Amino acid sequence: MSVLVYTENWDGKFKKLSFELVSYATGVAKMLNTQVTAISIGKVDNDELNKLGNYGASKIISINNEKLAALDNQAYSSVIAEVAIKENTTVIVISNNNSGKAIAPRLSVRLKAGVGSGVSRLPLSVNPFVVYKRTYSGNAFAHQAIKSDVKIITLAQNSFDLIENKVNPVIENFDPVVDASLLKTVIKDVQKQTGKILLTDADIVVSGGRGMKSADNWAPLVELASLLGAATACSRPVSDEGWRPHEEHTGQTGKIIAPNLYIAVGISGATQHLAGISSSKFIVAINSDKDAPIFEAAQYGIVGDAMKVLPKLVEAVKEIRK
Amino acid sequence: MKILVCISNVPDTTTKIKFAEGNTSIDTTGIQWVINPWDELSLTRALELKDDTTSGINSVTVIHVGPASAEPTIRKALAIGADDAIRVNAVSPDAWFVAAQIAEVVKKEQYDIIMCGIESSDYNGSVVGGMVAEFLGIPSVSAVSGLKFENGQPVMIREIDGGKEVVTVPVPLVAIVQKGISKEPRIAAMRGIMLARTKPVKLVEPVAIEPLTQIVEFEKPVPRAACKFIDADNPAQLLDLLQNEAKVI
Ligand SMILES: Cc1cc2nc3c(=O)[nH]c(=O)nc-3n(C[C@H](O)[C@H](O)[C@H](O)COP(=O)(O)OP(=O)(O)OC[C@H]3O[C@@H](n4cnc5c(N)ncnc54)[C@H](O)[C@@H]3O)c2cc1C
Ligand SMILES: Nc1ncnc2c1ncn2[C@@H]1O[C@H](COP(=O)(O)O)[C@@H](O)[C@H]1O
Repeated sequence: MSVLVYTENWDGKFKKLSFELVSYATGVAKMLNTQVTAISIGKVDNDELNKLGNYGASKIISINNEKLAALDNQAYSSVIAEVAIKENTTVIVISNNNSGKAIAPRLSVRLKAGVGSGVSRLPLSVNPFVVYKRTYSGNAFAHQAIKSDVKIITLAQNSFDLIENKVNPVIENFDPVVDASLLKTVIKDVQKQTGKILLTDADIVVSGGRGMKSADNWAPLVELASLLGAATACSRPVSDEGWRPHEEHTGQTGKIIAPNLYIAVGISGATQHLAGISSSKFIVAINSDKDAPIFEAAQYGIVGDAMKVLPKLVEAVKEIRK
Repeated sequence: MKILVCISNVPDTTTKIKFAEGNTSIDTTGIQWVINPWDELSLTRALELKDDTTSGINSVTVIHVGPASAEPTIRKALAIGADDAIRVNAVSPDAWFVAAQIAEVVKKEQYDIIMCGIESSDYNGSVVGGMVAEFLGIPSVSAVSGLKFENGQPVMIREIDGGKEVVTVPVPLVAIVQKGISKEPRIAAMRGIMLARTKPVKLVEPVAIEPLTQIVEFEKPVPRAACKFIDADNPAQLLDLLQNEAKVI
């Protein structure tokens, strides 16, 4: 028996979510009295692989195969399924991000494994196996029983803290036979975002809504974000208007995030917006209308004009950072 | 070429969700049912492709796995412009069941492009599209924010974590779509509503499939503590709270 984690790296360095996943898997493995095996696809050196041991992975299967250079959902899931069978896996833990969403359902069919997706806590019980998952876009949570022998969990990003649990992992290089007939994805062009903190990875997010009034008013918000080491985000009408890029749009139809701190400036707090941010640990609202619904979701609020409050806040941050 | 658009029937996004039967199911009183927002966008894109005579797309079918009570939502999709519809007559117990039913239909009817949403706003599963593809053994592209044809080849924009890629895979394929696939959902015009009444909805009986998961209970999120208000002239106090009380900066 084992718990298998599918980790992700970016140019050879593990993403923070990989350590979250391993921490989570270690929690599940304790409940099941078993070990954690991590799978890494891509060129990652041993020093980096060993870091997975800090969070409890006792075995690391490293796959470095040219054919798997680009994410092909079909090929990846066949390889992960092969490892899962080889490792006698009962639970597979994957991120609920774009690549996780691409792989998990295919893996599910290959292994006849039920999926609990967008999970944010350790299983409520292991016999029966019941997970705690987001439903109705954050307006409710479900206790979902997974009845198949193998279970797949996709973990909501930033929902589980890193837990140190040092072990010395065994690293095994594995070279699977990649069935060429499965490799059908041809990548014609790539545009990688560089130099910016990824919205889905950020611990702090500063976000603006229609209350920012125009595309020209964003400078103090961006400055606040950069002082706090935060990513910037926006509500849907803002990206629809073209004031900010589409990838910043949070909410039900945009990105779903769970930072430690979400600062909402000039955002009314419509249910569809809250659907993307309600899992944030703390929400600060800055809004000129004291009755704006965002204050019901927020722990801290300032009633005031964003154009006046933001510059003062920027000065105050500079003051404490001195 | 033929497109199949998978639609799920969900409570309107502003619905205050309540539960019934000891929190095991949703209380449906007063709920407005709508086409899942992503599915509305993918239907719109499918129809745009059909309108474009160079794309090679000449028919758009919608499919829904659900009971007769979902008919108004299916009619709405027909009113927006789908040519015909298929309803698999079953109350869906889980995503595995739904995906298996859709795959069964596709095996018989042969579609070139199957479009699914990135998630259904009720169960937030994000799995049906990928499962359909694997049941059929065909490629899937996930988080698709653009779909067009170049020389008869489907070309997609796929959102990755931290960027985007332009990708192509051969048909038949499953495109799992997200925001950006079309700008605004198409709205049904009067003529469309009239036409929809006469468009065919094919009824298919489900194949026997054992679900793999089951929701045993729902719960509401814990309400947050009341908001602490800070004077607009004193942002330093906010920073103090964030540093020393919340400990997040
Ligand atoms: C199917 C569907 C899906 C949707 N998905 C999303 C989604 O994913 N994300 C999303 O965000 N929305 C989504 N929406 C739209 C959503 O319903 C709201 O319309 C939207 O969130 C409102 O954006 P806003 O808060 O920026 O603007 P508004 O609602 O216009 O609010 C502006 C706020 O700014 C305040 N304000 C005005 N002037 C100032 C000032 N000088 N200083 C400070 N505050 C000021 C106002 O008091 C107000 O509260 C969706 C809608 C639908 C129907
Ligand atoms: N009952 C259903 N009938 C048809 N399509 C569905 C159904 N449920 C989900 N889908 C499709 O699968 C997508 C993702 O749903 P889910 O995996 O449940 O989040 C939706 O956007 C639909 O395209």
